[in-house]
Amino acid sequence: MATEILMPALSPTMEEGTLAKWLVKEGDTVKSGDILAEIETDKATMEFEAVDEGTVGKLLVAEGTQGVKVNTPIAMLLAEGEDASAASAASSASAEPPARTGTGENSKDEKGEDAGAAPAAARSAVEAVSTPEPDESPDWPRGTAVKQMTVREALREAIAEEMERDETVFLMGEEVGEYQGAYKISQGLLERFGPRRIVDTPISEMGFAGIGVGAAFGGLRPIVEFMTFNFAMQAIDHIINSAAKTLYMSGGQMGAPMVFRGPNGAAARVGAQHSQDYAAWYAAIPGLKVVQPYTAADAKGLLKTAIRDPNPVIFLENEILYGRTFDVPDLPDFTIPFGKARVARKGRDVTLISFGIGMAHALEAAEKLAGDGIDAEVIDLRTLRPIDYPAILRSVQKTNRVVTVEEGFPVASIGNHLSAWIMENAFDYLDAPVINCTGKDVPMPYAANLERLALVTADEVVEAVRKVTYR
Amino acid sequence: MARSPARPAQAAAPAPTASANTANVSRDDLLKYYRDMLLIRRFEEKAGQLYGMGLIGGFCHLYIGQEAVVVGLEAAAKEGDKRITSYRDHGHMLACGMEARGVMAELTGREGGYSRGKGGSMHMFSKEKHFYGGHGIVGAQVPLGAGLAFSDKYKGNDNVTFTYFGDGASNQGQVYETYNMAELWDLPVIFVIENNQYAMGTSMKRSTKSTTLYGRGEAFGIPGEQVDGMDVLAVKAAGDKAVAHCRAGKGPYILEMMTYRYRGHSMSDPAKYRTREEVQKMRDERDAIEHVRQLLLQGKHATEDDLKAIDKEIKDIVNDSADFARESPEPAESELWTDIYADADPAPQTA
Repeated sequence: MATEILMPALSPTMEEGTLAKWLVKEGDTVKSGDILAEIETDKATMEFEAVDEGTVGKLLVAEGTQGVKVNTPIAMLLAEGEDASAASAASSASAEPPARTGTGENSKDEKGEDAGAAPAAARSAVEAVSTPEPDESPDWPRGTAVKQMTVREALREAIAEEMERDETVFLMGEEVGEYQGAYKISQGLLERFGPRRIVDTPISEMGFAGIGVGAAFGGLRPIVEFMTFNFAMQAIDHIINSAAKTLYMSGGQMGAPMVFRGPNGAAARVGAQHSQDYAAWYAAIPGLKVVQPYTAADAKGLLKTAIRDPNPVIFLENEILYGRTFDVPDLPDFTIPFGKARVARKGRDVTLISFGIGMAHALEAAEKLAGDGIDAEVIDLRTLRPIDYPAILRSVQKTNRVVTVEEGFPVASIGNHLSAWIMENAFDYLDAPVINCTGKDVPMPYAANLERLALVTADEVVEAVRKVTYR
Repeated sequence: MARSPARPAQAAAPAPTASANTANVSRDDLLKYYRDMLLIRRFEEKAGQLYGMGLIGGFCHLYIGQEAVVVGLEAAAKEGDKRITSYRDHGHMLACGMEARGVMAELTGREGGYSRGKGGSMHMFSKEKHFYGGHGIVGAQVPLGAGLAFSDKYKGNDNVTFTYFGDGASNQGQVYETYNMAELWDLPVIFVIENNQYAMGTSMKRSTKSTTLYGRGEAFGIPGEQVDGMDVLAVKAAGDKAVAHCRAGKGPYILEMMTYRYRGHSMSDPAKYRTREEVQKMRDERDAIEHVRQLLLQGKHATEDDLKAIDKEIKDIVNDSADFARESPEPAESELWTDIYADADPAPQTA
């Protein structure tokens, strides 16, 4: 049967082109790979090759013709033993490109019917898994014995417990082994687990992050330590393109169950390149989970959950918090689920929403405000992907006023996102605009006085609360 | 002790390898190589056709001309070995035994594709066949491949990982970070540089003064060699050697496969950076499939009729895959929201 040769699409965007020149004539025999014609697109003149073998029966479009639509028959190709009459008899039932269907209504979640009682339609996968009612259960049973522990010790204990529990868990990064950890998180782990599972790497962030992702594809559960998250910018392609997207791109066949962890945000006097909070960057990426703990109990319980999670988790620690001491429950296997905020302080007059070291400023501000008779509720989000929207909603409905607190840059911050979410989902409950307290819109200066000015402070939070409470 | 390359560097254009032509290889093996290479070529030609008809969108990078590389190396692999490559990946998938239907249906973005239409030409995977993608960022698959090898070494098995990348990717910094760690940790990874001599439109001599690419491994202590990538028997022989090195726990090995792509970098390649004569000369004189065809005929291992029957069988497979890829429905709209997060929590392996 004669075959129609169709005007080809030669680029992702081409809809029509010029048939500049025929390089075959009627009666020529051609085989796969022979150049049939030159076709001009908006970008270039390109050669068009034969796919099938046969004899050129009829040229249907003259050379020089402009505006030839893609998929228009431009020639007939005859198979062995056919003559030109077969060309006209050939069916023109060439395959049509599939109709592109619109996005339709299916992308909306069925939970979206009542914005007052439940979060509105899921706009992201992590929102979709949120429960409409906040989970206010305590993190550990009342009466449990607690021990005093630094954040550093809590992180170390979490890693050690999970490495005991699961043979596939290993730690890799710069100075995690013989140096005992640049910030001593991994102190003693090399002696306990050996060099097979506590892997010192050269200074090659992009390389070892990629090796970590590959090891996760291969069935291990890597913990990749970045000496600080500033250096992870060298590796961010692997975090996002390789780790976060593979489960989706593979249709669910394989992903990267792993943790990227290390200190994030400003330390003290280390200048612009070593002082940045990446919370908002990573929280923007579907496929990642993002954790930023404040207390030692959260550091331990959330890191254990992160190591067990079958997805790539960004675990943002803070150098200043490493040495702070908190109560940690004395339980053999203590974990905290993702997506469950912690109400650090109950209050009626205003909601302060924060996470990580921002919590220190929020709590200090709440103390000061209490002295002035303003009763602030303080919510520690703990995880930024997923975010506990029900907890936010419940608190906004009670206090009607919100101030967010974070150390990161102001533009496209977590606070910006929360403001937008609250406006869309709880507008009628607001008695004042939401204010975002953030780091300043400047690279971190070195000078002590300027650095103080660049960071968010408790006093700025107090001032913001006075604005939203009109007091 | 320096481990020197096993063979002297060849000129940029591959030359016939006399030794491989007379290598001891069984009739069945030769027929399998012929069949596997032909499947890739016919599949890619069909993909080009479907692209021209608008059934395949976006980027589509064809493997035509380079078939001997994956077919020769797959002949050196055993069950359990892994492979990972760039976006020019259709040939690798077919060579490792993935179904033509599933690959073609992924190209058309349909439910029947390996990634249920969510990956496309550049992003397909198969856990069953140990194929780990399908990666679109040039060079990113190199540390990923070393990481796969890390997982096998950690588990203590003797699997190796074939990590394919091009001459273009060889200029990415992460390749050398990976070389360093792979040799430092003796990872069982074979770095396969498919040197088709053009990084998109930039020829090797316009991008580096290095005369060979495998030679860059010497700085890290990684042995390697240049191989005639148009000769499937030479590829197989080099693959056997590299695999033996890796399985013996001696660390990585580099194979620089001198090959050539007949088609453009992608479908929208204006082909202005090389002459038509250069391409035609390679097709006429160095074609990998024609080479095996001649070996089969001259050695009286097959008749013209035998080969015609294979051609027909391949054509049927490819046409069937194209029909399947057209008829398979687009993914359900609900698929937009699936596979973003894994929710299973598999039981831990005890220490």
